[in-house]
Amino acid sequence: MLEIRNLHAGIDGNEILKGINLTINKGEIHAIMGPNGSGKSTLAKVLAGHPQYEVTAGEVLYEGRNLLELSPDERAREGVFMAFQYPIEVPGVSNAQFLRLAYNEKRKHLGEEELDPLEFKDLLKERAKVVEMDASFMIRSVNEGFSGGEKKRNEILQMAVLEPKLSVLDETDSGLDIDALRVVANGVNQLHTPNDAIILVTHYQRLLNYIVPDFVHVLAGGRIAREGGKELAFELEEKGYDWIKTAENGKGAGAPAN
Amino acid sequence: MSTAELLSKQEYKYGFVTDIESDVIPRGLTEDTIRLIVAKKNEPEWMLEFRLKAFRHWLTMTEPKHWPNLIYPQIDYQDIIYYSAPKQKATKQSLDEVDPELLRTFEKLGIPLTEQKQLAGVAVDAVFDSISVATTYKEKLKKHGVIFCSFTEAIRDYPELVKKYLGSVVPTNDNFFAALNSAVFSDGSFCFIPKGVHCPMELSTYFRINNSESGQFERTLIVAEEGSYVSYLEGCTAPKFDKNQLHAAVVELIALDDAQIKYSTVQNWYAGDEEGRGGIYNFVTKRGKCAGKNSKISWTQVETGSAITWKYPSCILQGDNSIGEFYSVALTNHAQQADTGTKMIHLGKNTRSTIISKGIAAGKSNNSYRGLVKVMPKAEGARNYTQCDSMLIGSHCGANTFPYIEVMNNTSSVEHEASTSKISEEQLFYLQQRGISQEDAVSLIINGFCKDVFLQLPMEFAVEAQRLLGLKLEGSVG
Repeated sequence: MLEIRNLHAGIDGNEILKGINLTINKGEIHAIMGPNGSGKSTLAKVLAGHPQYEVTAGEVLYEGRNLLELSPDERAREGVFMAFQYPIEVPGVSNAQFLRLAYNEKRKHLGEEELDPLEFKDLLKERAKVVEMDASFMIRSVNEGFSGGEKKRNEILQMAVLEPKLSVLDETDSGLDIDALRVVANGVNQLHTPNDAIILVTHYQRLLNYIVPDFVHVLAGGRIAREGGKELAFELEEKGYDWIKTAENGKGAGAPAN
Repeated sequence: MSTAELLSKQEYKYGFVTDIESDVIPRGLTEDTIRLIVAKKNEPEWMLEFRLKAFRHWLTMTEPKHWPNLIYPQIDYQDIIYYSAPKQKATKQSLDEVDPELLRTFEKLGIPLTEQKQLAGVAVDAVFDSISVATTYKEKLKKHGVIFCSFTEAIRDYPELVKKYLGSVVPTNDNFFAALNSAVFSDGSFCFIPKGVHCPMELSTYFRINNSESGQFERTLIVAEEGSYVSYLEGCTAPKFDKNQLHAAVVELIALDDAQIKYSTVQNWYAGDEEGRGGIYNFVTKRGKCAGKNSKISWTQVETGSAITWKYPSCILQGDNSIGEFYSVALTNHAQQADTGTKMIHLGKNTRSTIISKGIAAGKSNNSYRGLVKVMPKAEGARNYTQCDSMLIGSHCGANTFPYIEVMNNTSSVEHEASTSKISEEQLFYLQQRGISQEDAVSLIINGFCKDVFLQLPMEFAVEAQRLLGLKLEGSVG
């Protein structure tokens, strides 16, 4: 589904990703871990097409197409979804209005009939159960006055409505208490099917107790420093990131990057 | 496509000119011009006196060039045509006798006038250059005692009412543009809602400027007697010309005891091109008097057009417990300039006013809110709440807020809140990441920003206003 080859990218002329290679197949859950500043969030934003990030080399194929030449909204309509680490507020626009617009954009793209507000309300009510959100959230302005946990749940609600093929969850666990984490993780698990793939970007192993990854990749210094199964996450939890950073620095000095 | 290309591709769809034979008087303004207009319109002596008094006062006044935050070349008042009317039969028995070319023009503007196609639930007075060409639903309204007609007809058929109220809210010497209007106004709309009547439909006037050399000077007078209610809508468009046209209107509203007037405007005059060539100079005096106790006047305006907007719809809260409201969205793009706001003058006891102003500036435009809240000594317990929000799109535009507060009664309370924000790249990216195109994202953010004002508009108008804002801003971010 997703093929990342030798991806180099950065912001304001600073290279952050220095040759990422990653293949993700349908039905898989991949965790991207790593210390602060390793490039985890940059990878997520580059995949979603954030305008401030510049790709300087490499390629990203999504379902066989060059993902990098699509605008952020085209990527979204093609099924790429990113749950934001810091969801944005849109004053005066109700959650329901926003979600319906987004949902109908996708329907239009697929050549399907758009839903009117009443039809959409029913759909929204159904999907909101996934993250245990009640109707009062739908009439409130998008993320305005939401608590940290509510914002994250709202991100997963959007995922539930848009039914993406590839979801990139950027630090969705950050700032969540244990109950909210469980709700969010439950939601993601309910939404995951053999037909979609999920990338979990996270600093902590904690989330992976609830959403169990098939693969774990550890980023350090803009490269993938370690790869393994879910047990790698436990190892990190125990040892911290320092041993990887040390190993990466030692390797970086001698070996050419790809 | 670059932003600039997108912008230049954007069409002002009302920019066409109607090819019609017109009765035009020579350009320039003297007492003879006024006598000529009075003769053309067959007006009584008292109207001539009203006009001449205004004109003589106007000659002593100077254009308010210094205090508004507006820059424009000197207007040559002798280079304007003060009367231009499409030639048509003197007396029309029915709407079907209106020149088909005019009917086609209004139909193209989305305002069908013929009996079969009239908008349901909305009575329309259609004003073309200097005169009213048709008024729909007149007879139906008459059955309810509601008078809705052109100003010309009002002077002829209801002289006592006109005499009583004309100039009672905006005196002929009020300001430079009001004096000019009082001297030369050629038509407009007159509405009278008798005691206790809830006007059964929305009343509206659609203003169209067609002639590139003429100014439009129209007058609207709305009188709501005791306990009555009326909702009035106003729309305006003009063709695209490289030259500027002057529009100087006066609107007077009078609400007696327990009466309510709701006045909504969607102003979409031609705004000029990206470089600021052409467009309407919109210098308008709008004022309502809450003359009676418990009366209410509410102004809602969506200002998107005009090269220059100078406009302060105001309320004089004379009756005890009367209420004044001002809800405004003013959008400027390219080289447009707007200096707009309101005046709330509290005279009576326990009078209340609310001001919600949303200014949006894009391109290299300049957008100013200017508002006065004045509480007079006898206005015990008066209250005002003002909220002024500005939103900037891009980094070449400007937004200003000039609030004036004068309080002379210490039992009153006045609140003022203001904010300035920008559409952020993060906000756009967030919406785009959900599959919403950049242009729709801008529209959504702007409509959210303006929500408190749009909620005040009648439904069809709100939809139109939202669409219009989206259209006006297409391609302005990126």
